[in-house]
Amino acid sequence: MSSTFRRLEEPNSPWVEIHIDGQPTQAREGESVAAALLAAGLRSCRTTPISGAPRAPYCMMGVCFECLVEIDGVPNRQSCQIPVHAGMQIRRQKGTAEGYR
Amino acid sequence: MKTDVIIVGGGLMGLSTALHLARRGTKVIVLEKQSSGRHASGVNAGGLRQLNRHMAEIPLTVAAAEMWKNIRDLVDDDCDVELNGQVRIAETDEELQMLQARVDTLQAQGYQHERIIDSAQLYQLVPSLVSGCVGALYNPDDGSARPFHATTTFRHKALALGAEIHNGVEVLGIEESNDGWQVDTNQGVFSALKIVNCAGAWANRFAEMLDESVPLTPKAPMLMVTERLPPFLDVVVGAVGHKLSFKQMQNGTVIIGGAHLAQLDFEREQSTINFRDLKTSAQTVAQLFPSMAAVRIVRTWAGIEGFMPDNIPVIGSSAKADGVFHAFGFSAHGFQLSPVIGRIMSELVLDGKTDLPIEPFDIRRF
Amino acid sequence: MKHQQHHELVIIGGGPAGLAAATTAANTGVECLLVDEQATLGGQIYRAVATVPEQRAKLLGPDYQCGRDLLDQFSASGAGYLPSVTLWDLNSQREIGILREGQASLMSADRIIIASGAMERPVPFPGWTLPGVMPAGAGQILLKSSGLVPGDGVVLAGAGPLLLLLAWQYLQAGVTIHAILDVAPAANFWKALPHLPGALLTHHYILKGLRYQIALKRAGVKFYNGVTNLQAIGGESLEAVEFTHRNKKQRIDTPLLLSHFGVIPESHLSRCAGCDHHWDEAQLCWRPVTDDWGNSSVEGIAIVGDGAGIGGAVAAQHAGRVAGFESVRALGRMDTKQRDDAARDDKNWMRDDLRVRPFLEALFRPPAALLNAPKDDTLVCRCEEIDASTIRNAIRAGHEDVNQIKFQTRCGMGPCQGRQCDNAMSQLVAHQLGVDTMVAGGYRIRPPIRPLTIEQLAGLEEGASK
Repeated sequence: MSSTFRRLEEPNSPWVEIHIDGQPTQAREGESVAAALLAAGLRSCRTTPISGAPRAPYCMMGVCFECLVEIDGVPNRQSCQIPVHAGMQIRRQKGTAEGYR
Repeated sequence: MKTDVIIVGGGLMGLSTALHLARRGTKVIVLEKQSSGRHASGVNAGGLRQLNRHMAEIPLTVAAAEMWKNIRDLVDDDCDVELNGQVRIAETDEELQMLQARVDTLQAQGYQHERIIDSAQLYQLVPSLVSGCVGALYNPDDGSARPFHATTTFRHKALALGAEIHNGVEVLGIEESNDGWQVDTNQGVFSALKIVNCAGAWANRFAEMLDESVPLTPKAPMLMVTERLPPFLDVVVGAVGHKLSFKQMQNGTVIIGGAHLAQLDFEREQSTINFRDLKTSAQTVAQLFPSMAAVRIVRTWAGIEGFMPDNIPVIGSSAKADGVFHAFGFSAHGFQLSPVIGRIMSELVLDGKTDLPIEPFDIRRF
Repeated sequence: MKHQQHHELVIIGGGPAGLAAATTAANTGVECLLVDEQATLGGQIYRAVATVPEQRAKLLGPDYQCGRDLLDQFSASGAGYLPSVTLWDLNSQREIGILREGQASLMSADRIIIASGAMERPVPFPGWTLPGVMPAGAGQILLKSSGLVPGDGVVLAGAGPLLLLLAWQYLQAGVTIHAILDVAPAANFWKALPHLPGALLTHHYILKGLRYQIALKRAGVKFYNGVTNLQAIGGESLEAVEFTHRNKKQRIDTPLLLSHFGVIPESHLSRCAGCDHHWDEAQLCWRPVTDDWGNSSVEGIAIVGDGAGIGGAVAAQHAGRVAGFESVRALGRMDTKQRDDAARDDKNWMRDDLRVRPFLEALFRPPAALLNAPKDDTLVCRCEEIDASTIRNAIRAGHEDVNQIKFQTRCGMGPCQGRQCDNAMSQLVAHQLGVDTMVAGGYRIRPPIRPLTIEQLAGLEEGASK
């Protein structure tokens, strides 16, 4: 799948392995989860609780709350505010997100 | 402007009074200093609670509950009323015994609207409750509505029945005249035969103008609301051992109250949220509903409400001014009473009496 | 990990204004703490400036590198610093609620300087919620923080210097720019002309803009001016952009649209604190009421930088220093004359740098109808999916200000708490009712301005009560 975003060639840039909906993929160390999702080619990260419309990261600076995903089991996290770490489990969410233990 | 009745205060009490009067052909003008629902009426927790009321309020709350069940008949809209029940949880045997004693007292007086449920029934109603609770006080017909929408609906009905509502009008003074009263405001003089004081936290300001000051204290109770959650709770929850009111709305958000107070600057109508006290609310929620631990609070707020020292309102005719009536001081539990208060006030104004027992609320008790 | 609960001075925000303020105060011996949301300093404009790979830095241009100097001076000043702090409350008693490493706590300060900056002006237009539509600022952040650029072409649309800057940066990176759609009406140029003399005194801004335009046109990027009826088209995600240009309907297929309609102060924090705000008709946004030392209407709280009104990074630096000196005076370490002497140059430079603003504001002013008259089926509140017709119906039903409409429709009650719809709502309501924007109002902002979990609030570290 072609990505809306591509990565600039930057040698010596360390990678970490993360999981998106159970699939492993590479992300740049220190980048936000939202950026990693976009770089991985995902067009949307959730559906809205009201109409089920697909939404994607929007402002990238924490003021829109569109980039909500489940990270390591906790839902509704603003992925643009959270840096990736090795082994992170990211899941796209539907509506209100069922994952409250 | 001249009319039959002036109502001071365009909140739910004022609007309910206006629509009941207008239904009976009375010409009404409501004077509201900002806009309907700006304060307590619009921002309360929306609880339709008969459960655990002061004994004096019981006849009124039971009558009001009937009106909420059939609210469409009154205001042509069902006001998003949800009546799935309310519980007051007992965590210990002592607490349960207290609740049982209350039920015994009520039943002795012929009231059946509250009963005790055991832990099996409780956990059926509230499956996500922490284990170990022993039972609860229960009313299956309690529930909630949406306060701002209810206020808006009451306003539309009052207007449809011919009431006039003036926003942005502040009462500056009141004077007796040949045929009733003259109310001086920032938008001119209004006169009427009779006046009803439904001015909420500002009701004593008005009462003082009649030389009838009472110990009303404006306070700002706080509420919190969470993000939307999948549906998990139908009943409204309170608890004997905690300051708590906990309900999940139709849209999935949970409203958490508990009568903790914000710091209030009454003159400027500004409140500062007290997170130290909200911490206690959060601890209560985390203790009783462990699965809520990671749920996000997205907003807090506080409303300006009038409290009386004995926690029951002032309802009835003025002791000082002929033709003036009071309905205020609902001490954070007026929402559910609002339909019946309007009926009572209209009866007092037009008939000089009401069939509901309002003596305990007389202003003369102060 | 416990940290100190009370400070002489707390600075909120690690962009140019905050860095300059903290450096200034710390250098005079005031005990101060800078708290910032991000993991590294620089705010938005100098985001990632300390860690950015060299190649990416070159792409971003020389202005960006200025941020390095600010950071170095800050590091040398001895000011305290807490990164990765989420700020969820600020009240008029100067109590601050923060969340750090999962721990919520309260701190307090004698003086506070808010320097939390600006955000993209959120402008509803048809299809703006589709995946594939983002603000240009988001494109900048992806470039600065992650070295990401559009992979399959991009359309840039809107009005404002950031659009040209980003386009130029993308050009350097070899990105395919399908088109630049300028929505500024042609008449803007004539309205801006009277301000040109003042602007020429800061001609470097103008020249830079012209340089970018020339480079982009030379590279064959298509420019469309005076664009109207901008729409994002797609089913599950963006497929094309449609618009009207010279009375003709146009369509450009693209998976990515980056829009920009100027920046506005991110005013949630200052409004939460109870500071007075007024509607600025030139900048078309809510701005805190401040004096020329940055003091707000709340005792002890100052607001500077783009969060007080859009002036750009250079002016923000000067404003930060000015507020820094004023805090030092207020804390008793300088008298008025010393403060005036110390701040004189910065005040002058700030005034000079701001000379370009009236021209830029007039030149890049989005068309009124785009801001105050969205089509009926355009979503105004993204979070709660409320369209303009719902808002108009609420107005017709007698709800006459933004807060009443919020209560009635839930517009502004979603997760973003009105950040993305406040600007449009204030203008829509004012326009619909024919009243002043001050009368239509803005949302009443309540804490927590960033969400707190039940667990986090239950574990609040309180510190000493006041």
